[in-house]
Amino acid sequence: MNRRTMLIPLAVLVMYVVAAVFAPLLAPDDPNAVTLARRLLPPGGGHLLGTDALGRDVLSRVIFGTRISLLVAAGAVLTGGVFGVAVGVIAGWRGGRIGAVIMRLVDVVLSVPFFLLAILVVAVLGPSLLNVVVCLALVRWPRYARVAHSATLQARGRGFVTAATATGAPAWWIVLRHVLPEVLPVAIVVGTLELGLMVIYEASLSFLGLGVQPPTASWGSILSDGQQYIASAWWLAAFPGIALFVLVLAANLLGDAARDRLDPAKRTEIPKARRGTRRQARRQPA
Amino acid sequence: MAAIAISARRRVRALPAGPRYLAGRLGQAVLALFGVTTIVFFALRLSGDPARLLVPEGASAADIERVREQLGLTDPLWRQYLSFLGGAVHGDLGFSYVQNRPATELIAERLPYTANLAVAALLLSIVFGVTVGVVTALKRGRWQERALMPVVLVGQAMPAFWTGLLLILVFSVGLRWLPSTGYDGPLSLLLPSVTLASLSAAAIARVTRGSVLEQLSRDYVRTARAKGAGTGRIVLRHLARNSAIPVLTVAGLELANLLGGAVVTEVIFAWPGLGQLTIQSVSARDFPVVQAIVVFASAVYIGINLLTDLLYGVIDRRVTVGGAA
Repeated sequence: MNRRTMLIPLAVLVMYVVAAVFAPLLAPDDPNAVTLARRLLPPGGGHLLGTDALGRDVLSRVIFGTRISLLVAAGAVLTGGVFGVAVGVIAGWRGGRIGAVIMRLVDVVLSVPFFLLAILVVAVLGPSLLNVVVCLALVRWPRYARVAHSATLQARGRGFVTAATATGAPAWWIVLRHVLPEVLPVAIVVGTLELGLMVIYEASLSFLGLGVQPPTASWGSILSDGQQYIASAWWLAAFPGIALFVLVLAANLLGDAARDRLDPAKRTEIPKARRGTRRQARRQPA
Repeated sequence: MAAIAISARRRVRALPAGPRYLAGRLGQAVLALFGVTTIVFFALRLSGDPARLLVPEGASAADIERVREQLGLTDPLWRQYLSFLGGAVHGDLGFSYVQNRPATELIAERLPYTANLAVAALLLSIVFGVTVGVVTALKRGRWQERALMPVVLVGQAMPAFWTGLLLILVFSVGLRWLPSTGYDGPLSLLLPSVTLASLSAAAIARVTRGSVLEQLSRDYVRTARAKGAGTGRIVLRHLARNSAIPVLTVAGLELANLLGGAVVTEVIFAWPGLGQLTIQSVSARDFPVVQAIVVFASAVYIGINLLTDLLYGVIDRRVTVGGAA
């Protein structure tokens, strides 16, 4: 993808952010206004995307659902990213036994099926917006730790780090000034790639009733209604799905483009055939 | 160039996996399993009082106290942890107080359904994924690639539950061709396995494409072409073996994930497998079962990972003893 085509997913992402921020202005109706007299109205007429089983305007609920999706995804990526990068940099910088132990721990967390672990954590903590963010960060931080660790190791062997050490600069200074700038681009690429995945995770948890609780609108919970009324109200299953799909597609395209720019050889897609390393594909809950 | 081509053909014959490597790799797997069990043990204690989680809702304070005594929750944490580990080693993954049965029994009951679905989905996704991956790599820059790559991107961005809902809308509600939910007969396997396969196929296609593209630029391919080998022969004889490892890795991961219970898909299609058991246990607050499923799925995941690692040596003889760990 060249620079110009990269603008399209970027523009789409900006549109979603705008929709989330200005939801109260954009939504034609109160997303939680229950009017049983107008339940399950098909799209068209007064309600562009129809109404749900409680007579709530689907368009308004989809627009407000954007807030939850973006909030959870951004929160999970930031929290997991900051924690994971910190752990990875420390492990890479300290090296030795401590580094080895930390990276072993990362390997272990990576071998737990993420979605099941997320379900367990949310179920134990109790479903809420904050808990979903915490839980997603908790299961995804090792992804960042992995790349931060290897980027740190690479940076540590570079001349400018040796030079800084030779001038007697304190370790925290070298890490902040010289190592982190090498690590962050890689971490940002992983974060972009994770964004779409986190949107899907949030929607999946909400779909299962483990996400944000009613009456707050979330795409996953609207889709879950859509399943219940699938024989009579197709619009409940269709529209939040489109919103979700387009957002994830845009995030994925952007992430791919970011990765390609960082690594022109585009070889990051291929899992290395190194033996004995635990791998985890970037995979959405099935 | 010729020298490289020859060395690629005459591979070093060595044991597929040396005993030392095998032991190290096994140790790693055991360590991971131990770690997972630890994580799960503490996950249940995140909320403070596991006794409250372990009793059915509405239990009296006396009941909770009795469960606490019975489970040894009054013991110090380290002793609880040791006895949990000890149980896990003996295949005891906890007891469902809601159903009054061992958790492993419940898992064993549901596993065949999940395995059925997982294998069907994996086969579908390998057939489609590898085909699409090879075609898009061979026809790079041609219309075939331009037509298929968007399909891969779409497949990757479609959440499983939306794919599932759309399939039900079209084939069950609209056309009335297929049953939408439940398990009766092989036909009911079709929609859920297609749903799951759409996820895995996209991943497999991308990896296959990347791997084949990488191999295509190698000298041995040029040599084979120069000798007059057709595309079919090159793909089957040369590329297949050399680009199989990344594909095998991803396929293994996909299978492992599917065997852990395709939660969302199983819920949508009311498929009586492990995924549905997970959600039913969560809503019944039957946490020992959820805990047991996570441990079980992790064990499967670690086991399959180990297997694929060991298979590398069989598929590609160049991967031999003493490879970088």
